[in-house]
Amino acid sequence: MQHTLTVIVEDKPGVLARISAMFSNRGFNIHSLAVGPTHQDGRSRITLVVDAPELEQLKKQLNKLVNVIKVQEMEPAEALEREVMIIRISAQPSTRGEVRDTASLFDARVIDISSSAMTFEVAGTPQHLKTFLEHLGPYGVIDLVKSGRIAMKRESELTPAPVSAGVGK
Amino acid sequence: MTEASKFTGSHSLLRSLEHEGVEIIFGVPGGAILPAYDPLLDSPIRHVLARHEQGAGHMAEGYAQATGLVGVVMATSGPGATNLITPLQNALMDSTPIVAITGQVATSAIGSDAFQEAYTTGLAMHCTKHSYMATDADDIPNLIHEAFHLAATGRPGPVLVDIPKDVLNQVTTWREPHLHNLPGYKPTVSGHPMQIRAAIELIERAERPVLYVGGGVIKAGASDELLAFAEAANAPVVTTLMARGAFPDDHRLALGMPGMHGVYTATTAIQQSDVLVSVGARFDDRVTGDPDAFAPGAKIIHIDVDPAEIGKVRAAEIPIVGDARSVLVDLLSALRARRDPADHPARDEWFARIDSWKSRFPLSYEQPPDGPIKVQHFIERLYAITGGDAVIAAGVGQHQMWASQFWGFRTPRSWVNSGGLGTMGFAVPAAVGAKMARPDDLVIALDGDGCFQMTMQELITAATEDIPVKIVVFNNGGYGMVKQWQTLFYGGRLSAVDLGFTYPDYPKLAEAMGCVGLKVDHPSDIDPVIEKMLSVNDRPVVLEVVVDGEEMCFPMVPAGGSNDRIVMTREEL
Ligand SMILES: Cc1ncc(C[n+]2csc(CCOP(=O)(O)OP(=O)(O)O)c2C)c(N)n1
Ligand SMILES: [Mg+2]
Repeated sequence: MQHTLTVIVEDKPGVLARISAMFSNRGFNIHSLAVGPTHQDGRSRITLVVDAPELEQLKKQLNKLVNVIKVQEMEPAEALEREVMIIRISAQPSTRGEVRDTASLFDARVIDISSSAMTFEVAGTPQHLKTFLEHLGPYGVIDLVKSGRIAMKRESELTPAPVSAGVGK
Repeated sequence: MTEASKFTGSHSLLRSLEHEGVEIIFGVPGGAILPAYDPLLDSPIRHVLARHEQGAGHMAEGYAQATGLVGVVMATSGPGATNLITPLQNALMDSTPIVAITGQVATSAIGSDAFQEAYTTGLAMHCTKHSYMATDADDIPNLIHEAFHLAATGRPGPVLVDIPKDVLNQVTTWREPHLHNLPGYKPTVSGHPMQIRAAIELIERAERPVLYVGGGVIKAGASDELLAFAEAANAPVVTTLMARGAFPDDHRLALGMPGMHGVYTATTAIQQSDVLVSVGARFDDRVTGDPDAFAPGAKIIHIDVDPAEIGKVRAAEIPIVGDARSVLVDLLSALRARRDPADHPARDEWFARIDSWKSRFPLSYEQPPDGPIKVQHFIERLYAITGGDAVIAAGVGQHQMWASQFWGFRTPRSWVNSGGLGTMGFAVPAAVGAKMARPDDLVIALDGDGCFQMTMQELITAATEDIPVKIVVFNNGGYGMVKQWQTLFYGGRLSAVDLGFTYPDYPKLAEAMGCVGLKVDHPSDIDPVIEKMLSVNDRPVVLEVVVDGEEMCFPMVPAGGSNDRIVMTREEL
């Protein structure tokens, strides 16, 4: 099962190496990882998506690392999660209109174009990107790159209305 | 200022170590750490020149295990640092507080495959509690202070500080160290009051409680508190390999060591307990056997300073994160709040069961009067003659298990041993370290011939530095423990376990290393040779005890088996 963890760490050399060393040593599997600064000096935030049947031990092992300040698990319902994807899709003159129209339903932007392909940038929830792929994949994916997932805990109880209509962003 | 009078990173390092109260450093010098060895000449800190960095590391561990103080080891970059990997991992597994200082190539050369470069902090990532690389000499006092703090507090462990040569040479000033830089490190000391009350509730209602005591009790200095609580609760106590000495073996509630080669009664009492109170123990596989079959009817109260130990192997009904001493104090006062400690539940049926195991399944062996000598018998004689007043270090193998089984431990820190990693070669250097720490105490290593040959050169250190340890080498002609497994589980096909009885000539080897060499091979000569060994106090002594090469260590729970199936003799397998 996949879980999203947000880990606040000291911004010190080797912190990421310590975390990945612990994961490989203990046999935990990292699905995706994103690191970046926070609004506080000397603190970084790592968003981890992990495959683990049970999180307790993993969280404790993370907390045991001296440079780890805080570990928070986010339930899917309380997480604001985003990923960014750049995807190149085969688009012949005959299918190009269709590809573009479908992509626009997902707020995907065209960032490159050639005679046989279109490259989109698309951002949103993991589900949003998955749905995008389901619809655009059949045209032929030539190349794809995805960022690690980033996440923050929701303040509101309510799920805000999707920004783009009906496609699960 | 002349070169020599400049205050550099090296001076700051030595001053920092003095500031932490360090009296002894075990080490081996070399290129990158050279700058630190110069101010060492003017420091009150004594340096013990080991013959191998692994030896230096185990000495620091022996020093720490025998006292609770932080042991310090120093080594150069590259091979000096890599030779430290075994003691670092050993200290990590056994939660022994040591600080390792390693030299590193100059900052400008790092990452260039320079001479004697190794990625030491990277290697240490896997075998320390934490590690540091100093990048500025001004930081040294704080780094050293943090390193000692991390090593000694919470769950103790090894910490490494890697210092590049240019940082050691950098001109700096002394700065009083402060602890301000550990936002992610806040070990919990006191157990949660609600959990403490719930634990007492459960223990009081228990019909068949057992206190399952691990090395954490020794680390926390909680033996007195354990004794008081065990008596007030009227609960029997088992002490794991790491906890030998945490509870007096001659106490009516003491059941001895549980596990793979544990005492039948200790292992079985855990199996049949209804409430198992784990204090500073970690449900190691050598204790639990098949974890699914371990103490199947027991509700678990798990007390540990390291939250990651709780629930790692076995889910706990009542988890208590906290220092063993603090929690035991709180448990006792919670118990006192309910009743008079003397007014404890009798639990007659439970103690009757325990007594019947004790009488039906004692530790046993047979010593033929004409030999060969059995290790067990020798240990019993040594115990009788010394009155048990000694610090015992052990190697790893059959002799280690017999030492734990047959020595009656009465005080904490009288057992210096490699439990978690099972490192052959631990005994000789660890005994040297322990003797340095406790010069007035008798320190005896009970070692195997195989183990001895891994680190025996540290006896040259001991002889040179006037550290009069006593090393008993049980010569059974090989790797007894491995041979036992091959005999029992590989149809007797013996592979690479025979060291022979011919070489080395131990007494001669001992003499060559500056020690007194003794040998005994007949049971009737045991007492006199022990007396002789004990009478030498100006030099290290090596006593070779030629023992039965066919003897096997029992009881035994075959690896991964259920603790309900304890094999008492070879015939039962
Ligand atoms: C460094 C290391 N290498 C290998 C082993 C595996 N091993 C465990 S016990 C043992 C034999 C120990 O022989 P000895 O010191 O003579 O003790 P005995 O069992 O004969 O009493 C070996 C090889 C180990 N524990 N440590
Ligand atoms: Mg042997």
